[in-house]
Amino acid sequence: MLLREVEYAKPSSVAEALQILASNDGARALAGGQTLISVMKARAASPDALVDLAALDELRGIELAADGTLSIGPMTTYTELVDSAEAKARPILAEVCAQIADVQVRNRGTIGGNLCSNDPTNHLPPLMVSIGATMTIAGQGGERVVSADEFFLGVYLTAVGPGELLTKITLPAGKRDAFAAVTLGVDGTCIASAAASLNGSLRIALGCVDATPVLVEPASADEGAVREAVRGAGLDPPADVHASAEYRLHLSEVLAVRAARQAAERS
Amino acid sequence: MSENAAALSSSRVITVTVNGTVYEREVEARKLLIHFIRDDLDLTGSHIGCDTGNCGACSVIVDGTLVKSCMLLAVQADGSSIETVEGLADGDELAALQQAFSDRHALQCGYCTPGMLMSATALLRTNARPTEAEIKKGLQGNICRCTGYWNIIEAVALAAERTRP
Repeated sequence: MLLREVEYAKPSSVAEALQILASNDGARALAGGQTLISVMKARAASPDALVDLAALDELRGIELAADGTLSIGPMTTYTELVDSAEAKARPILAEVCAQIADVQVRNRGTIGGNLCSNDPTNHLPPLMVSIGATMTIAGQGGERVVSADEFFLGVYLTAVGPGELLTKITLPAGKRDAFAAVTLGVDGTCIASAAASLNGSLRIALGCVDATPVLVEPASADEGAVREAVRGAGLDPPADVHASAEYRLHLSEVLAVRAARQAAERS
Repeated sequence: MSENAAALSSSRVITVTVNGTVYEREVEARKLLIHFIRDDLDLTGSHIGCDTGNCGACSVIVDGTLVKSCMLLAVQADGSSIETVEGLADGDELAALQQAFSDRHALQCGYCTPGMLMSATALLRTNARPTEAEIKKGLQGNICRCTGYWNIIEAVALAAERTRP
């Protein structure tokens, strides 16, 4: 398909990328392109310029600190996360990344792209909220750190503003995580999802039911407590060709129970 | 002419190696890699099926990594080494995988076959003895409307069997 005319640059430093983004209103950062190229074909997005982040080694790599904290560069691909020895410190990461789309998409798609596109059906936004990850955002004025709860602002909208870049994702130590979803076919798009993290108190983030992941914090992982927490969240999920609002609400509750149980069973 | 990679431009000169041959061409930034391969280089083995990133008929291997070439701009492939279906056979001698596809009737219309072959090639490089489940996972990004997949899975298993080290 012929895309609308677009300009392209491939900067060699984050500073250079920020400069181009800041001085061109219509410029968008291009990570793996597995969402952006698609929406450009559909004309759902029509950036005037693409700033390719592929040469920015500063945005790649996975580091595991002595206390178990994981720092992940946003340009790290799903496949790199699945294959990473360091990422095994938080096993859910590889487990979820291995069920996103297919081999080709996992080879190109990045964790940063998944988070910054913030499609409500994406796997990683609810996972980051349940884990309590933090995001480092850089702009020409410097860096700031935002919690996952504050990072996702709306459909396709995050705290990464114009002229800014997500530069790091930081995950605290923890292994008792789970992710449950009903998808369109194996490894397909989520119709409803729930990510649970039971490292200390229980945090469950529900996907596909609102513009951003909905965090619920049941008193325990018991089925009754989880159902009560989800019912108390006042969800008003969207209806589409795949699920009515009522069915999505039902799935959300069931998946929350499932994810909480799986997280509780892990040691 | 824009030798400064960091400067915005609507076209640029790229250099790629495809199946061992080096090509240097000027391309528009908006051109998808699949169009560059098919229209500019006249390598029409890689197919455009859905053009939406779903079907995998355009799959090629870029710097050792399997990708859908309709989900990549040609300028993003600058400096890379690309393998397409044309590079699999050795002259008239089919690759073991291609021979297995023929022997197991793993195609009918053949439209998806270039992508299937590239995905299976990538799979067998990292996993010389894939299980049936691993073959399915490896071919997950490729859609076939004719075969029902069984013969394709059998062909990949047969190729693995024949080339087992």
